[in-house]
Amino acid sequence: MTFRLSSDTMRLAIPALSLTLLLAAVFWLQPRAMSYVGLNLLFNLAVPIALATIAQMLVMAVNDLDLSMGTFVSFVACVTATFLRDAPVIGILILAGAIASYAAIGVVIHLRSLPSIVVTLGMSFVWGGLAVLLLPAPGGQSPDWVRWLMTVKPPLAPMAIVASVIIAVVAHLVVMRSSLGVLIRGVGGNQRSVERAGWSIVAARAAAYGLAGFFAVLAGVALVGLTTSADANIALRYTLLSIAGVILGGGEFIGGRVSPIGAVIGALTLTLAGSFLSFLRISPDWQIGAQGAILIIVLALRLMLNRLEKREKRR
Amino acid sequence: MSPVLRLFGKPWIWSWLAAFVVWFLTVTVSLGGGTLGLSQAALTFAAFSIIVGIGQMFVITLGPGNIDLSVPATMTLAGTVALKLMNVENGMILPGVLVAIVIGLVVGLCNYSLIKALRIPPIIATLSVSFIVQSAAIWTNRGLRIKPPSLLADFTTSNTFGIPNVAIVALLISIFAWFLLEKTIYGRWISAIGQSMPAARMAGIPVDGTRLVTYLFCAVLASVAGYLLACFSGGAALNMGSEYLLMSIAVVVIGGTAVAGGDSNVPGIWGASLFMFLVVSMLNTYGLGAGIRLIMTGLIIISVIMLAGGRRAGMR
Repeated sequence: MTFRLSSDTMRLAIPALSLTLLLAAVFWLQPRAMSYVGLNLLFNLAVPIALATIAQMLVMAVNDLDLSMGTFVSFVACVTATFLRDAPVIGILILAGAIASYAAIGVVIHLRSLPSIVVTLGMSFVWGGLAVLLLPAPGGQSPDWVRWLMTVKPPLAPMAIVASVIIAVVAHLVVMRSSLGVLIRGVGGNQRSVERAGWSIVAARAAAYGLAGFFAVLAGVALVGLTTSADANIALRYTLLSIAGVILGGGEFIGGRVSPIGAVIGALTLTLAGSFLSFLRISPDWQIGAQGAILIIVLALRLMLNRLEKREKRR
Repeated sequence: MSPVLRLFGKPWIWSWLAAFVVWFLTVTVSLGGGTLGLSQAALTFAAFSIIVGIGQMFVITLGPGNIDLSVPATMTLAGTVALKLMNVENGMILPGVLVAIVIGLVVGLCNYSLIKALRIPPIIATLSVSFIVQSAAIWTNRGLRIKPPSLLADFTTSNTFGIPNVAIVALLISIFAWFLLEKTIYGRWISAIGQSMPAARMAGIPVDGTRLVTYLFCAVLASVAGYLLACFSGGAALNMGSEYLLMSIAVVVIGGTAVAGGDSNVPGIWGASLFMFLVVSMLNTYGLGAGIRLIMTGLIIISVIMLAGGRRAGMR
């Protein structure tokens, strides 16, 4: 029997496998987690991380890297907890302006051929500063509809799972099925040939950054819905978490090889890793460290499977 | 070309000019008062970014994708463990330094063995290691704040002939780094690898060994900086390294080192580090709040890279 998996399926299989293993381990350690409420608690905080990971993935699809993700999500959270509640029109205008400036950053990076790491590094100071101006001390309150959206209890599956699935499907449709998505990935794969085919690279990059800004805005809003208030430093670790999530989900730094479904799974895996360790009764001191260890193990697994695949091909 | 023009062709001159302009603006506002104090403070605080930045510069020189994100965690771990070991005793200063260096070597070794063995991009490898190192630091620290030995605390906070001692240490390290980079075969090797790894391999350069040494060097410098910073600030804190992640990268880029690798310079790190500190103190002098200060810092980084990028494109 010749049953062959396409390389895209393989790419998705490893993250899915690691998530399943981790989830099985959690259930085995704590059977009570296997319930509606348990699952919701396990994955609650994964929703904003998944959205931020999708945003990072869009930037990585055009071979760039966004180091300002964490401060940007914090900034959005501050806007959501202040303006979006008290003056929704102004709040929406500010968020739209933020998305537009993301697109503008993409244009600047492309036109001056600047290293994206440095430009987004500079922007991370700007977003951080704006967030501090808005909320010098932790505070604010989440708008009621956001709070409702994040705590609603749909039938069958908890909100965290439903939201993750919706995010994965929407991102998949945009990035893998639409012509814009193909164009964005094409810029990452071979910029020159996309250009020769008559497409505007500037527009593609602006679109990728604008979409990334949009998903990052959603991440900030969702985060405030969960925490009910905001702080200028609320999401700083999202920069590194989102990069790790994309890589865990089978994405790569160059070549426009990304996988939206994988990215969501990667974000879920990172969130679950924390709960897994507390169930193992490992001291909270080692929580962050164990996330690093899980990252290493998954990457080692991926290398092994890739080697197996190559050996199969050689035969 | 006249000597003046040749000076302006150097990539590091811009960061020095910028630092000087900012220094001048600050001094004029304070009407000459505190000029000496400002310069000393700038040298002291810049010294830490210089030490960390030089390590990061060596790594970035290795080419696109090479970056060390474990710098802040390494600083914190080295600071906490060394202070714990020394336990406020002056006799233990030397073992403390050695432990800090050993921590740097171990972290560097972990970084590069992951990059090599698992073939993962350096950014993810160093990120995973930094998670583990950070946890180790939390575990050893336990919220305790141990004071540094008195001799060491005095050394890091005082001056020799008006120059802060930490700045002198940074100067010695810079001279060593400059020598490594410009005068030894190792320096040529890392530049060659940064320009083209396949070509370097073809030319018979020991690519793996060179990269390993570079990652070790960066981690050791980070741990030395962490050791000094912990002594300077009167004890290690868990978040003491956090601002140096972005700072170490910013300093390298503003200093005129090519982000694509293969071209680096030590003097630029000095100019950029002084510049970064002076900007903050200038905005402080003008009485601006933390938010405005951060925004200005970000805008300045972006405008510097836009100017520098344009200049380079014009030259080639």
